[in-house]
Amino acid sequence: MRHGKYPFIVGFLFLPIVLYVGLVLWPYAQTFGYSLTDWSGQSQEMNFVGLDNYAKLLDDEVFLGAIWHNLLLLILLPLVTILIALFFAFMLNVGGKGGTGGIQGVRGASFYKVVFFFPQVLSIAILAVLWGAVYRTDGAGLANGVLIKLGLADAAHPVQWLSDPDMVMWCVLAVLVWSGVGFYLVLFSAAMQGIPKDIYEAALLDGAKRGQTFLKITLPLLWETVQTAWVYLAIVAMDAFALVSSITPGAYFGGGPDHHSELISTYLMRSFLRNGEAGYACAMGVVIFFFTLILSVVSLWATKRDRIEY
Amino acid sequence: MSTSTDTNPAVPAQRAAGRPKADRTTRFGEGGGVLNVFSHGFLAVWALLIIFPLVWVVLGSFKTDAQINGSAWSWPASWGFDAFTRAWSKGIGGFFLNTLIVLAGSLTLTMLLGGMAAYVLARYEFKGNRAIYYLFVAGSMFPVYLALVPLFFMVRNLGEITPLLGLNSYLGLILVYVAYSLPFTVFFLYSFFRTLPTAVHEAAMLDGCSHTRAFFQIMVPMAKPGLVSVAIFNVLGQWNQYILPVTLMQPTTAGEADHSMLAQGLVNLALQSGYKSDAPALFAGMTIAMLPVLVVYLSFQRQVQAGLTSATLK
Repeated sequence: MRHGKYPFIVGFLFLPIVLYVGLVLWPYAQTFGYSLTDWSGQSQEMNFVGLDNYAKLLDDEVFLGAIWHNLLLLILLPLVTILIALFFAFMLNVGGKGGTGGIQGVRGASFYKVVFFFPQVLSIAILAVLWGAVYRTDGAGLANGVLIKLGLADAAHPVQWLSDPDMVMWCVLAVLVWSGVGFYLVLFSAAMQGIPKDIYEAALLDGAKRGQTFLKITLPLLWETVQTAWVYLAIVAMDAFALVSSITPGAYFGGGPDHHSELISTYLMRSFLRNGEAGYACAMGVVIFFFTLILSVVSLWATKRDRIEY
Repeated sequence: MSTSTDTNPAVPAQRAAGRPKADRTTRFGEGGGVLNVFSHGFLAVWALLIIFPLVWVVLGSFKTDAQINGSAWSWPASWGFDAFTRAWSKGIGGFFLNTLIVLAGSLTLTMLLGGMAAYVLARYEFKGNRAIYYLFVAGSMFPVYLALVPLFFMVRNLGEITPLLGLNSYLGLILVYVAYSLPFTVFFLYSFFRTLPTAVHEAAMLDGCSHTRAFFQIMVPMAKPGLVSVAIFNVLGQWNQYILPVTLMQPTTAGEADHSMLAQGLVNLALQSGYKSDAPALFAGMTIAMLPVLVVYLSFQRQVQAGLTSATLK
């Protein structure tokens, strides 16, 4: 049995490891090195500057604004998406008036699931172009069109959506929630279906109302799934590059108007590809790294609960 | 059967669910009449929020430019396919083909290499096994653009060794996609291979089957459900990938062939002047890009949903 085991192991592992170390781990490691230099990215010249890039980051208004926007998304995106998705999942799985069997979803549950999930399979680019058209600042945009039709907006002064510095982040958040809810709805649905029906039936016999069942039974049993969802959404919130860089105003990777929707990712890409500040961009990358690290540790710690076996 | 359902004739379909449970006079969720109307309304509004913009875009591809720029509520005057032809001639077809080429390569390689690595790590004891496994898992935690700057130069340098691999080359992008899909694929398939029974594999080994053959002819067929789940996850992930092609697939010299992925190409066309005076073609381009996804999704929606959720829940 043993013959040929090691050549086999090496043969199977060699290519995946070479690719992974070469194209993923090594660039990650290099980012740390470059962040300590004044490298422009265009030439091979670079000087060691120590922590200068990091000191500069602390004074960079645009960067601090970007961190603030990322934090905003980081808190609001998971919160809003998970709340809506949980509500829908509960409605679609156990929220119906179970006249005969007790526990079932509302009518048309499978139709809703198919529709709600659909944005998830659309490429981010389609989302970007689609929402660019919806958020047009004149009456020809869908959002303004609807508001004008309903009499909520004035046709002469349509809502400025993405061009309004106070609204742009909310518009971005809306798109992210719009596209994300379906996925987490399906995720929570799958987890809810794993909860034995007896538990609900016992609650029912004890006279529990729908709201109580949700808070006292569904939510505690779903806690681990909610945790997973939170981590995934946090990763989306830290990125959000594709959407922001393509729908918000501003030359080279969006972020406008006047940096009001700037994210770390868009600022990083502009510094690197446009401004020739590769070393500086790498320093931002390192900041993101520690951000993600702290975030995962904190969220795992804060949401820690005892596992419920059933 | 419960008789109290008669009080609410609006929900007759529940009988069809037909769970053969005992008769019951209390209804679950009784007294939630207001909540019921409210939540049904909320579900319907959300469904509308999703369907309406998509239908609006499809309608837009039949309108004229003046109509699109005039009012959101205009109705197409004629149902010609001119806009679709114009969109296609602006390169959508080419972007589509590029994406298909890259996805075909990257998906095959991801599944093959990821499956091989996960299998060896899950099923064979050797020194450093755990270390390699954790190395892979760690990689799935960090955002891609952390590695973006060095990756760009690495791919460019590869291109100087062989033009097959450099910037704006299919093979270069395929390898990058594979490398960045590996952590999750290995992580997921690792746990899947561990759940498979060992007896079949041992019997085959006793019969003199080689390790390689045992993998391809015994373990891969047994792991099919897991492989399908990860494959779906990877297809969607790579199809939606945007930041990697934007960084790596730009023509390095003027006049070089445009190898843009569909996502990237569409955004470029929307931002550049290409569609500035031709909004119907932009809408038609979006429709073209959405259509295959819609068809695939509607025909496989059960597997897509099951695959995606089982992939994240593991």
